Amino acid sequence: MREFDIVGRRKIWYALSLLVIVPGIICMFVKGFNFGIDFTGGTIMEMRFEQPVNINQVRDVMKGYNLDNSTIQLSGDTASAVEARDVMIRTVDLEETERKAIMATLKERLGDYSVLREEKVGATMGSELLLNALWATLLSWVLIVIYVSIRFEFRFGLAAVLALVHDVLVVLAVFSFLQKQVDSSFVAALLTIVGYSINDTIVIFDRIRENLRLHFRRGGDVAALANRSIFQTLTRSIYTVCTVLFTTFALYWFGGDTTKDFSFALLVGFMSGCYSSIFIASPLWVTLRRLADAKRARRVA
Amino acid sequence: MRKQELIKLLAVIAATVGLFFAFVSPLAHSIRQGLDLQGGTHVVLEAEDTPEATVNDDAMERVVHIMEKRVNELGLTEPIIQRQGARRVIVELPGIKDPDKAIEVIGKTAMLEFKDEAGNTVLNGTDLKDAREQTDQQGQNLVGLEFSDEGGKKFFDLTSKNVGKRIAILLDGEVLTAPNVKEPIAGGKAVITGSRTLEEAHNLAILLRSGALPVKVNIIETRTVGPTLGQDSKDKSEFAFAIGIGAVLLFMLLFYRLSGFIADISLMAYVLLLLAALKFLDATLTLPGVAGIILSIGMAVDANVLIFEHFKEEYKTGKTLRAAMNSGFKRAFTTIFDSNITTIIASIVLFMFGTGSIRGFAITLGLGVVLSMITAISLSQYMLKLLIGANIFRNPAVFGASQPEKSGEVMGRA
Repeated sequence: MREFDIVGRRKIWYALSLLVIVPGIICMFVKGFNFGIDFTGGTIMEMRFEQPVNINQVRDVMKGYNLDNSTIQLSGDTASAVEARDVMIRTVDLEETERKAIMATLKERLGDYSVLREEKVGATMGSELLLNALWATLLSWVLIVIYVSIRFEFRFGLAAVLALVHDVLVVLAVFSFLQKQVDSSFVAALLTIVGYSINDTIVIFDRIRENLRLHFRRGGDVAALANRSIFQTLTRSIYTVCTVLFTTFALYWFGGDTTKDFSFALLVGFMSGCYSSIFIASPLWVTLRRLADAKRARRVA
Repeated sequence: MRKQELIKLLAVIAATVGLFFAFVSPLAHSIRQGLDLQGGTHVVLEAEDTPEATVNDDAMERVVHIMEKRVNELGLTEPIIQRQGARRVIVELPGIKDPDKAIEVIGKTAMLEFKDEAGNTVLNGTDLKDAREQTDQQGQNLVGLEFSDEGGKKFFDLTSKNVGKRIAILLDGEVLTAPNVKEPIAGGKAVITGSRTLEEAHNLAILLRSGALPVKVNIIETRTVGPTLGQDSKDKSEFAFAIGIGAVLLFMLLFYRLSGFIADISLMAYVLLLLAALKFLDATLTLPGVAGIILSIGMAVDANVLIFEHFKEEYKTGKTLRAAMNSGFKRAFTTIFDSNITTIIASIVLFMFGTGSIRGFAITLGLGVVLSMITAISLSQYMLKLLIGANIFRNPAVFGASQPEKSGEVMGRA
């Protein structure tokens, strides 16, 4: 197989990623995220009625309590555009008595139902969760840089973590574009992606390290070496992302509504992770190494 | 062809496959299931400082103790009551039928007060010895109170001083009943009327028996998953599990042939080990946890893929199958080690910072990485060595490797 020069075309890959990330960041500021009640606080009531109900009837009931801005979603087997048995209502953080009153009114006007899910989260919990997640992510990055710096060298660690930042930003961007719900399982998904992507990147770096030791002389072409290393590990990169995507797809299609957004985040993240390991991490390492070489050359001159 | 090694290999394969199909389902079902799978209610309580009482360690321990008492008296099975952080308590009630009632009982401070007409508190909950629900001859539901010795005296004192006047019995500042005192009451007994149902009286009695919370406690989060949704999630994730593992098994078989088959056997052993470890650690399997298991299957074959790729590469350089296998393993090991340590770092951080279901997910992820590493470098290696030792297959294509480059010519000349 003739090797395609991935590293040489690195500016294209950087640009491609920025094409997703920059609009993504703008979108995050303009549109923000569709935060779940884990973050915003609020109440969710999900019930299965014995007879299909009309969304407008549900809305009328909510209107009766001055909760016009509640989100009402229909789902389940018999779902049409406006009628279904499964109804999910998301609204502000309700008092216990108010929630009970609403549920009683629903039963009275729309018939009997069984409760599928009820959630009530006070607003204080959300910011705490977000902060914890942020710390967890930053801490894991710092530890990874330290570990990789010890086992490899600092530039590998930096490039690996930049690739991770890339993946996290891509997933955040996609969730902001599509306004998919961000909740506590999304945080777990992000950290899994971090775990997977670093694994993927290190395998390639490990090969670069090996090739550096065995086949590299001072002043040689690092780009060519990185490129060869990418190709030597390419089969593995592709096979592994395939098996991981199989299982994630299985989870996405068959795993039910509760894990749908979770597995969607993973799908996007794993694809981005595979892409960044090949097209971002190693080229970044070359860029960093070149920068260092140039600096050293200037100092000598 | 060496018989002994072939027999050993077949025995390992038969044992793993047999164990897998016999135990995977019972094992998976015997692991404790989280509320999102079996249905139930999750309540988070947070203590709040008030001018009367500040939150401290001692108070929180008493809150946990009182919660345990209340929940046990409600007769719920396998509740979990856990302190979390400085001022929170988590109460998990699996399979509960009427969550609203339970939440109501859990969230009450249950401070009982007896006040005279002037509003002075004469007795409180600590003067009680017992409280029981009962029904009187008129069919009224009541809670019968029994005072401690000192409480009895105080009550006698209160009733003697207030003959012909009203006294009030309050719970958390709300008047439960305000009877007219007809005569002094000795004997240390009283009743609270006003309960609409016997169950209401029962719950009130539980609250009074278990005592008042030492600090103000707010319910900041409740989550209830109905049994229908729980079962639905369980069925769906089981199906996703079957599809996911099936696809991976097939993929490995298609791309690595016999080596892939060995990897598949390792993968089965891995799944069993992971479930056994979760069972042994008494972990609670939540929905994200199940998702973590399904995902880890996709990741678990990675170590095998790395080994096989190194093996193929070594074989291409003209080594024998056995030598290629040995050096392939050796080279793959550092790669597997370094790449997995970084993933383990991420899952440890996730475990430390996460709460509840995220924590469960971190455990499955971390355990998964460790166990997949172990099965790949021990079991896969052992089986491949036996396979090569058995010497039934000489064609490298069987192992998913191609003929050494140009080596055909070299061998032809020799």
